[in-house]
Amino acid sequence: MKRIAHLIAGTTIILGIAHVSPAAAVGEMPDKQTCASAKSGIIAGGCIATDREKGNCMACHSFTGIERTRLQAGNIGPPLVAVKARYPSQKRLREQVVDASQFNPHTVMPLFGKYRILTDNEIDLIVQWLYSL
Amino acid sequence: MHKWLKAVVLLGVLTGLQLPAQAGPAEDLRAFQDYFRKKFPDIPFDEFSNGVYALPQAKDAREQWQQVMRMPPYEIALEKGKEFWDQNSLGSCFKNGGRNIAQHYPYWDKRTHMVRTIELDINECLRRKGKDPIEDLKQGTMAQVAAYMKSLSRGQRIKIDISDPDALEAYDEGRRFYWAKRGQLNFSCADCHVTYVGKQLGGDILGPGLGHTVGFPVYRAEWGGLGTLHRRYATCNLQVRAAPFVPQSRQYRNLEFYETYLQQGLPLAAPSQRR
Ligand code: HEC
Ligand code: HEC
Repeated sequence: MKRIAHLIAGTTIILGIAHVSPAAAVGEMPDKQTCASAKSGIIAGGCIATDREKGNCMACHSFTGIERTRLQAGNIGPPLVAVKARYPSQKRLREQVVDASQFNPHTVMPLFGKYRILTDNEIDLIVQWLYSL
Repeated sequence: MHKWLKAVVLLGVLTGLQLPAQAGPAEDLRAFQDYFRKKFPDIPFDEFSNGVYALPQAKDAREQWQQVMRMPPYEIALEKGKEFWDQNSLGSCFKNGGRNIAQHYPYWDKRTHMVRTIELDINECLRRKGKDPIEDLKQGTMAQVAAYMKSLSRGQRIKIDISDPDALEAYDEGRRFYWAKRGQLNFSCADCHVTYVGKQLGGDILGPGLGHTVGFPVYRAEWGGLGTLHRRYATCNLQVRAAPFVPQSRQYRNLEFYETYLQQGLPLAAPSQRR
């Protein structure tokens, strides 16, 4: 399973998140310890988004905070910036994460909700995090 | 893990199919090669045989690769492949002693009514000589022998014949495989190797579909040795959380048939090294 998960990530990123304080500023990537205890809020969302076996969002998107980690961002999707300004409602943003094929039938963005890659709760947290970017 | 894979097989397969309009292999070939020529006008055609290293996006990686290729890490494996080939006089099973014929592989075989690959013909040859066929079709001896046989045709230009109407069916299955979204992450081969070619998926640059197959078997450090094309197919399926097929399964042979046909005219460059 471990080995497969490794393959699945499809990337050779070295996992190792730079240390930042638990009271990390918005958009910052918290460390592993912080992630282990974060159960809610923006930080927990950021943890799920950057977990290679969960959101793995950095495989395709860059976003603020990533430059302070050793994760390498891909460029298949657009940079995730000024999200709040562009998405007046969190509902539409959530739909993008749940099922991106609603908006682009040929999308390569994984259908995180529809194919149950993430749970409803995990998606809620990711949306909170997205809104902080 | 098995439970997880099972759940995955049910998902994503054949959704959002983005097949180009069906017009026949000659049209497919022109459209496919034109796409890459237009997208990368500065890359000479033959350069595509070098896989991802042909791309301007991979300039740094290419320099490292050229260093590595001065003392290729597969030399010993290739030597072992030659020993096995000579010991079993495999050359006697093939036209021209096995020289300058690999550019016609895989081919549609009327008699057995299937696409035949170099790996299958090597095992068939062993069988005819009353010897045990090689079991592991992904790595080890088979990859070594196939690499040696392909090296006897280095530089020959791919020439695949699909004039038999029955071959078209196999071709078409391969074509659908290539363009179908699959796996929990819902990707087609074409998503990564045509549409998003040159883009970065995390730290990996997505290599062009033009050039696929001609460098195989390849040596990868991650594999710690040579691997066959079908081993790479399985890796690409697993990356998107799709259940892989067995090496030399009908699905993978037909995929190889379709993919290799699209390389028509490119020089063989096997074995090679990849990251
Ligand atoms: C394999 C590639 C891939 C992954 C992984 C991925 N995305 Fe995307 N994403 C895309 C692409 C491509 C688009 C552009 C729209 C489209 O083609 O559907 C996109 C679009 C978006 C958009 C809308 C873009 C904008 O700026 O308005 C958001 C928001 C988004 N993604 C969030 C996420 C989040 C959150 C994750 C992780 C949980 C994620 N993506 C993972 C490929 C990906
Ligand atoms: C999620 C992205 C992704 C998908 C989907 C994908 N691949 Fe790949 N593939 C890669 C990456 C990354 C590599 C390594 C870099 C390269 O050579 O392109 C690769 C390498 C390859 C290679 C080796 C090329 C060489 O010269 O060494 C072949 C052949 C290949 N893929 C075929 C396929 C086929 C066939 C499919 C569909 C069954 C497929 N890929 C689906 C990402 C993908």
